[in-house]
Amino acid sequence: MAKQIDYKRRHMPKQEPFERIKNFDEVALGYTEKLAVEEASRCLGCKKPFCIEGCPVAIDIPGFIKCIVEGDFATGVKKIKETNALPAVCGRVCPQEDQCEIKCVLGKKGEPVSIGRLERFLADWEAASGSTETPEIAPPTGKRIAIVGSGPAGITVANDLALLGHDVTVFEALHDAGGVLTYGIPEFRLPKAIVKREVEYVRSLGVKLYVDYIVGKTKTIDGILKEFDAVFVGAGAGLPWFMEIPGENLNGVYSANEYLTRCNLMKGFRFPEYDTPIKRPSNVAVFGGGNVAMDSARTALRLGADEVHIVYRRSRQELPARLEEVENAEEEGVIFDFLTLPVRLIGNKQGWLTELECLKMELGEPDDSGRRRPVPIEGSEFRMKADAVVCAIGNSPNPLIPMTTPGLEVGRRGNIVADEETGRTSRNGIWAGGDVVTGAATVISAMGAGRNAAKDIHKYLLNKKS
Amino acid sequence: MYEIVERRMIVPNLHEFTVEAPEVAQSAQPGNFVIIRPDEYGERMPLSVADWDSEAGTVTSIFMQVGGSTSKLARLKPGDTIPTCAGPLGKETEIGRFGTVLCVGGCYGIGSIYPVARALKEAGNTVYTLLEARSSYLIYWEDKLEEVSDRVIKLTRDGTAGYKGHITRLGEILTLEKIKPNLIIVNGCTFLMMKTSKVTEPMGIKTIVNMNPIMIDGTGMCGVCRLTVAGKMKFACVDGPDFDGHEIDWEEFLKRRQTYNPEEVHPLRKSGCASHF
Repeated sequence: MAKQIDYKRRHMPKQEPFERIKNFDEVALGYTEKLAVEEASRCLGCKKPFCIEGCPVAIDIPGFIKCIVEGDFATGVKKIKETNALPAVCGRVCPQEDQCEIKCVLGKKGEPVSIGRLERFLADWEAASGSTETPEIAPPTGKRIAIVGSGPAGITVANDLALLGHDVTVFEALHDAGGVLTYGIPEFRLPKAIVKREVEYVRSLGVKLYVDYIVGKTKTIDGILKEFDAVFVGAGAGLPWFMEIPGENLNGVYSANEYLTRCNLMKGFRFPEYDTPIKRPSNVAVFGGGNVAMDSARTALRLGADEVHIVYRRSRQELPARLEEVENAEEEGVIFDFLTLPVRLIGNKQGWLTELECLKMELGEPDDSGRRRPVPIEGSEFRMKADAVVCAIGNSPNPLIPMTTPGLEVGRRGNIVADEETGRTSRNGIWAGGDVVTGAATVISAMGAGRNAAKDIHKYLLNKKS
Repeated sequence: MYEIVERRMIVPNLHEFTVEAPEVAQSAQPGNFVIIRPDEYGERMPLSVADWDSEAGTVTSIFMQVGGSTSKLARLKPGDTIPTCAGPLGKETEIGRFGTVLCVGGCYGIGSIYPVARALKEAGNTVYTLLEARSSYLIYWEDKLEEVSDRVIKLTRDGTAGYKGHITRLGEILTLEKIKPNLIIVNGCTFLMMKTSKVTEPMGIKTIVNMNPIMIDGTGMCGVCRLTVAGKMKFACVDGPDFDGHEIDWEEFLKRRQTYNPEEVHPLRKSGCASHF
C-alpha cells in the first residue's frame, strides 16, 4: 500500500512571546528527536528532487532526510557537510521558504517538508553529541590562499579550499570571527556560541585565522598577493544607507549596522558588565521591512522599549523579510505601520530625536521590481512620538578594498565587480563574493558565491606554475 | 594579543601609550588612528596615532583619561596585553609641498600632530607648530616637535608659557610671529578644531581638522561616525578623519559627540569610597 501522504508539518517549539521579549535567548528551540523523525518521514524522497535545485549550495536534501528517518543522524550530518560548512547557521537563517522548501512537491497541496528545521536538528544533534567528525583532507598542495573576511562567504571558501589540501589563512577586520553572523544577526535568532562552533570547525581543518587584521589598511591586497597565490575578498557590508531626509544626524538615530553591532558584537545589552553602551529608549521606529529591520525591532523590544514600530512604505505582502520573522515580530508586539513614509525627523534643542513626521501612501502601478509602487497621499502628514529611529534600509559594500586596490573594477554602487559563475574579478589572482559584490543579500547566497569561487580558485591553482 | 611596551602619564590626565603591533607600525601614516580594546569586555576606542617605529614594531598614542574605558587603559602596565590593536585606519593626512604650514596641536593632538609636522618638514615645507594648552604643565613633546618644526609657539590660557589666551588670538599671533601660512592643520579636542576653523575662515586660510567622533568598528560599516561636511553626509572612519574645517557642521558634531556622556562616566560613579568597603 502506498504511503499515506502527510500534508501537515510539525511545529517547532518556541519560547512564548511574553517570556522571550524579556531575554536574548534563542526564540526557536528546535525539533526534538521524535518531532524530527516524524517531520522527516513526510518526505516523499522524490526521484527527481526539486528541493536540491533550490539550494544555492546543492545539499543532498532527500539524502540527509532519509538518514533522519532511519535514525542515522551521524551520516545525515556528514551528507550536509559535503556541501555546507555551516549547517547550524543555515538551518536557522536561510530563507528556505523561497529556496528549497518552495520547490517541495508537498507544498503544492499542503505544507512543504521543514527542510531548514531538519538541517538545524542534525547540526545541533552533532554539537550535543560532542564529537565532530573531521572529513578527509586532501594531501597538501603547497598553495597559499588568503581570505578577506570571516563571514559566510569567506568561511565557505576557507572550508572548501582547506578540504582540497590548500594552505588557507583568513583575515578578519573585527575582533571576533563570523562577520554578519556575529555583529549583525541577534543572539535570539542565531546564538553566538553556534557561530563560534562553526568557525572552530573550519579552523579544525587547518585554516589559520587572524582577527583585528584589516586587509586594505593593515596590509593592502597587493601586499597580501606577495605572500599568497590567490586572494578571495568577502569583506561584506559597508556603509549604511540613510533615508536622506532632514534630521538623520540627530542623537537617537541609528543605522541598523550600528544598533545591532552595539548589541551583538559589543554586547551592549549587558552594559555595564560590557563597556559598550546602548540606549534603552521607550518609543522606537524602525525604517525598512527586511530581516534586518525585524532584528532591530525585536532587539529594541528586548532592551525594554514600550512601543516599537516598523515603518514601511509598502504593504505587508511586499515585506522582504522572512515570513517566520515577521510572525515572530508580530507575536512579540511589534507594531507595523504599513504604507507609511518617514519624511522628516524632529529633535529638541539638545539635538535629541523626539518625533518623526510621516506621510501615508497608497499602492499605484507596478514598478520595475514588479511590486506596486507606493505613492504618497497628499495632505496625509502626521507625527509620531519617537526617541529612537533605526534605519534598516540596506547598505553599500565595504569601501576599504576598492579604495586601496588599484586596477580592481568597481561598479556604480561601490561593489567589486565579479563574475557570477566564478567570482573572478578584473584582476588576476583576486576573487570576490558575498555582500561586497552584490550589496546586502542573504547568508546562503554569499555561501553559494563562496562555493563557486572556491571551485574556480582550485582550478586556477592547479594550473598555476609555482 | 598585543603587548604594552610603555604606558605612563606624561602630563596630568594624559597618557603616552606604546603597543607592540608590528603590522600596524609597518603601515602607519600621519593622520591615521588605531582601534584599541583594553580587555575582552572593553569598548572599541579610536586613538590617533602619535608615533610609530616600524623596526621595533611599535605604535604610540596619547589619550586622555575621561571615562570608564580610558581609565581601564590608564591602568595598564608594560608587559600587560590588550586583545585588540587594529589599524592603521582612516585616510592619511595629505602631505604635499604647500609652502608654509601651521600645525596646531592641543591635548592628545599635541601627540598626533607630531608625525604630521615631521612628514611636512620632510616634504620640504616651512613648518610652524602652535601648542595650545590650559597651562604650561599640560604641554609635552616640546623637544620632539622642536626637532621637526622651524619654530614652536606656545599658547596657554593662563599665560604660564608663551602667549596668554585662547586660539581666538590666532590672527594676532600670526601677525606678531610674521607667519603667513598657506595651510593650517589642527589636531586636538573638538573645541580647538572648531574655534580654529572659525577664526581662519574669514582669513581665507585653508584649515584641515582631524575629526574624532564616536566610532565602533572604524572600518566603514556601522555609520556612527557620520558628520555633515559641505552639506553632505560623510563618514570619518573612511572618508576622513581629515576634513576641511570650514565645511563642517560643528554644532551637530558637538551634539553627536555627547550622545554617550552619561554612560561614559557611569563606571566612575560606582567607584566611590563606599564601594571599596
